[in-house]
Amino acid sequence: MAIIEVENLVKKYGGHTAVDGVGFAVEPGEIFGILGPNGAGKTTTVECVEGLRSPNSGRIRVCGIDPQSGDGELRQVLGAQLQESELPDKLRVGEALELYSSFYRQPADWRELVEVLSLGDKVRTRFKALSGGQKQRLSIALALIGSPRVAVLDELTTGLDPQARRDVWELIEQIRDRGVTILLVTHFMAEAERLCDRLAVIDAGKVVAIDTPAGLVSRVDDRQRIRFRPSGPLDHAVLTALPEVDSVERAGSQLVVTGTGDLLLAVTTVLARERVTAADLRVEQTTLDDAFVALTGRRIES
Amino acid sequence: MSALFRLTVTETKLFFREPMGVFFALAFPPILLVILGSVPSMRHADPALGGLRVIDLYAPIVVVMAIAMFAVNGLPQLLGTYREKGILRRMRTTPVKPGLVLAAQLLMATALSVSTMVVILAIGRLAFQVHLPSQLAGYVIAYVLAALAMFAIGLLVASVASSGKAAGAIGTVLFFPTMFFAGLWVPRASMPDVLRRISDFTPLGAGVQSLQDAAGGHWPQLLHVAVMLGWVVVAGGLAARYFRWE
Repeated sequence: MAIIEVENLVKKYGGHTAVDGVGFAVEPGEIFGILGPNGAGKTTTVECVEGLRSPNSGRIRVCGIDPQSGDGELRQVLGAQLQESELPDKLRVGEALELYSSFYRQPADWRELVEVLSLGDKVRTRFKALSGGQKQRLSIALALIGSPRVAVLDELTTGLDPQARRDVWELIEQIRDRGVTILLVTHFMAEAERLCDRLAVIDAGKVVAIDTPAGLVSRVDDRQRIRFRPSGPLDHAVLTALPEVDSVERAGSQLVVTGTGDLLLAVTTVLARERVTAADLRVEQTTLDDAFVALTGRRIES
Repeated sequence: MSALFRLTVTETKLFFREPMGVFFALAFPPILLVILGSVPSMRHADPALGGLRVIDLYAPIVVVMAIAMFAVNGLPQLLGTYREKGILRRMRTTPVKPGLVLAAQLLMATALSVSTMVVILAIGRLAFQVHLPSQLAGYVIAYVLAALAMFAIGLLVASVASSGKAAGAIGTVLFFPTMFFAGLWVPRASMPDVLRRISDFTPLGAGVQSLQDAAGGHWPQLLHVAVMLGWVVVAGGLAARYFRWE
């Protein structure tokens, strides 16, 4: 039985339909990702799940609770980490955790939580003096302080340096190991690939695909990418004329040829005919990035 | 109840971490009373004031000043900043309502401004022989109404201001005319009739006169009670209508 159910969710802002019929189901203990470019409707979708916004239509259940029911039960089982939400500058880490634990019926032990989140030596530090990574960890701690069954984490590694990002990823896996189901919003491919058991790819308010990261990649398995540096000028048209070739892009001094079928043979044959040699030639495997482009027709980060 | 208690304790701690705010809200009104009381001419009974001394008139003025410091200087800026930073929004994801922050703020401001009032009354009595309020119930009613009216105005400022900074600026700008009509620069008794008439209809003009009346043993006048209630209803109603948590 799914712990989060979303069916036919529609949310409009004025004349603009931000979320247009989104549906997915998250199983207990999963890390479920919502992946999509900025403005795709990811945040609006999870804000409806969190009960912060009321949808125009559709059905949502979190642990069987309707987020719109307003009796506060949802708040006891769902912890949310919001994008860009701060705390008072002079509030200390320990004070914030103590305060937020007083809001819940069965709070987690915040002293243990700070240890898990490596904030143990920051208990007396004021919010303002924390680094970006520490603020994010505190934000996660506040999302978990009520011992929720579901945690919704929205773009939580945005703005973090690569090391801090990897630390947060490790942390999320630990949290899942504690039995918390996680709904993760992201526009980072690497994050989705590393963390998520399953993903919903959202574009322009609609779900384009729901699958495991490997499953998404295998849907576009026959796509390949060849990257090389041509020894001389080469008219792209001779390559794009090939039935195997989908696109030719220039990346600095390199050409990137994407296509299907026996792409390598077709391309090298043309190069030989044009008397161009291919230096640093590499054939790249399909990644989640490619799967995303195939599914939505564009890149997620540009 | 425990969440409200925790919030009030936490907000109070945060209040005491802002030295400027502490100085102006808690220390400045009593200090002003001491400075005014040190001027000998302030302590002479004046027949033009019905035998009262100027210092007797200033005691209620600094009492309402302590309310105004919290209500229009502190509260709007704080709520505006909390909204701007998403602090109220984060609270919406927890079992407590963001309105509880407001309740905690009002509890704290009431407790602290009441203690300032007690300090002011004590200094007035001990240092300058200002009589303690003879009509205590009337004094309490006047104080509560003046505080409610000012907090309603503070909340209205927090509702219409776009940011914490803007709310702080609007609050500061409002502080001066409300205190002017409360008689901070010219006590009501010395105001020209037109000014005193205008002052009757301002929240702190009505407040100061009601406190003054109660201090002298009378019940607050109906007009002033009605004026303060009017401010509570109008400003409070507009604030409730336009207040946004995010």
